[in-house]
Amino acid sequence: MMIKNADIVIIGGGVIGCSIAYNLAKLGAEDIVLLEKNTLASGSTGRCGAGIRQQFGTEMNCILARESIKIFENLSEELDYEIELNQGGYLILAYTEREVNQFKKNVALQQSLGIDSRFITVKEAKEIVPPLNTEGVLAATFCPTDGHADPFKTNFAYAEAAKRLGVKIYTFTEVKEIETKNNRIVAVNTDKGKIFTSIVVNAAGGYSGVIGKMAGLDLPVYSQRHQILITEPVDPLFRPMLMSFSHNFYCQQTPHGSIIMGFGDPNEPKGYDMGSSWQFAREMAQKITAVVPLLKEVSMVRQWAGLYNVSPDAQPILGEHPKMSGFYMAIGFSGHGFMLAPVTSKLIAELILTGRTSLSIEDKLDVGRFERGELILEPSVV
Amino acid sequence: MKDEVIICRCEDITWGDIRKALEKGYTTLDEIKRITRAGMGRCQGKTCQRIILNEIARFCRKKIDELPISTFRPPTKPVKLGTLAGDNDDQKC
Ligand SMILES: Cc1cc2nc3c(=O)[nH]c(=O)nc-3n(C[C@H](O)[C@H](O)[C@H](O)COP(=O)(O)OP(=O)(O)OC[C@H]3O[C@@H](n4cnc5c(N)ncnc54)[C@H](O)[C@@H]3O)c2cc1C
Ligand code: FES
Repeated sequence: MMIKNADIVIIGGGVIGCSIAYNLAKLGAEDIVLLEKNTLASGSTGRCGAGIRQQFGTEMNCILARESIKIFENLSEELDYEIELNQGGYLILAYTEREVNQFKKNVALQQSLGIDSRFITVKEAKEIVPPLNTEGVLAATFCPTDGHADPFKTNFAYAEAAKRLGVKIYTFTEVKEIETKNNRIVAVNTDKGKIFTSIVVNAAGGYSGVIGKMAGLDLPVYSQRHQILITEPVDPLFRPMLMSFSHNFYCQQTPHGSIIMGFGDPNEPKGYDMGSSWQFAREMAQKITAVVPLLKEVSMVRQWAGLYNVSPDAQPILGEHPKMSGFYMAIGFSGHGFMLAPVTSKLIAELILTGRTSLSIEDKLDVGRFERGELILEPSVV
Repeated sequence: MKDEVIICRCEDITWGDIRKALEKGYTTLDEIKRITRAGMGRCQGKTCQRIILNEIARFCRKKIDELPISTFRPPTKPVKLGTLAGDNDDQKC
């Protein structure tokens, strides 16, 4: 039987919802319920590239990623669950003069924030990734402490740790309605029954806008399909995540030997479609075999798609909605929610329980920034 | 069955790994897949999926037909990236 009352109801069993549940419980909150309409990690988290990078172009994204990496480095121990963090770095290729200039600026910013990234020559890039075809590459940036972790394991690690601290997780339970009164949260209705609560956390990933509507709120986010494919496992070829913004791709070999790769289609319509297309596989294969020609001989075994939940400045929206007391959001991660989960979940938990955060984000990542016109656009996204 | 018995050969997942997931309450094929990687290997579950379904059914004391089936993700046969990219080298040799 489902519980009837809760102090806090979290909607969404992806890495964001589960890490928020864990951090709330760790800070001493009780009566926390997490609702997931499918299985844990069934949304974007279980479909993502799981790359973790600090090489961003805005100060906020850099700081969030830097703090996240610090948490990731001890996360297997903290959660008592191996999450397979692998810090093989990110190698980001510059193909245009514009990129060269942007990357110089990015690296200067990153270094000023204590991130160990550096601007490197084509020769150095080739030393880091020997099978790289350097044709057209003008320069690159590299950050050795970037990397990736297993998204399923990270998601389940947080969920299991949260459960041990008393969080109740209900899977196959879909939120259908949110009841409000005088701009306050009153209850959440699910297909398994009603839960009274005064605090709801929207961690519904690609469906965060739908959850907003349930509370009568129009949230400034949209969803968009991103496709990805994986190859058979092969011997170790290269360690870092390879990435280019202008050629629009990312590609990484996992510890199991499989290589995952994806790109963002600029013509992809907004929406909830999660189908896989043959055109994607073909274009991806063309892009990647041009950059790493020996991958021609490697076979793709599977392709799939997931949703990005995109905000107007490609930075997450964190905090309570100014028009709905008790309605908290951790949404709009714009394709980097996996890497930002450890730090943003901690900040949201602090905000809910104490009204303040250990990093100053309140007036920078709140939903109000768009109305105030305080957009700082992230220039470096795929 | 002994814990050391390998159920998913592609991903090297043993019965022990699957038993532990079942005991934690993860009793759908999707969950087992997501928590252990079983079924995500080169053969895409062709070899192991049936065995895992059998074991889930036995564990839950249900019939196989009563279990939800797993998400299907294309392709069913591995394809070389060179071939996908439209490179004709394959056909020459
Ligand atoms: C192809 C692809 C590649 C990516 N690569 C990277 C990467 O390399 N690095 C990175 O950091 N990020 C990456 N991302 C982004 C990353 O996946 C997301 O930002 C992150 O997983 C978001 O986590 P989440 O918990 O918010 O969302 P999700 O994992 O989607 O979780 C939300 C959950 O809410 C549930 N839900 C929705 N509606 C309801 C409801 N009404 N009731 C109950 N439950 C509900 C859903 O079922 C879902 O499980 C990628 C995304 C995609 C699609
Ligand atoms: S045996 Fe499990 S995926 Fe091949």
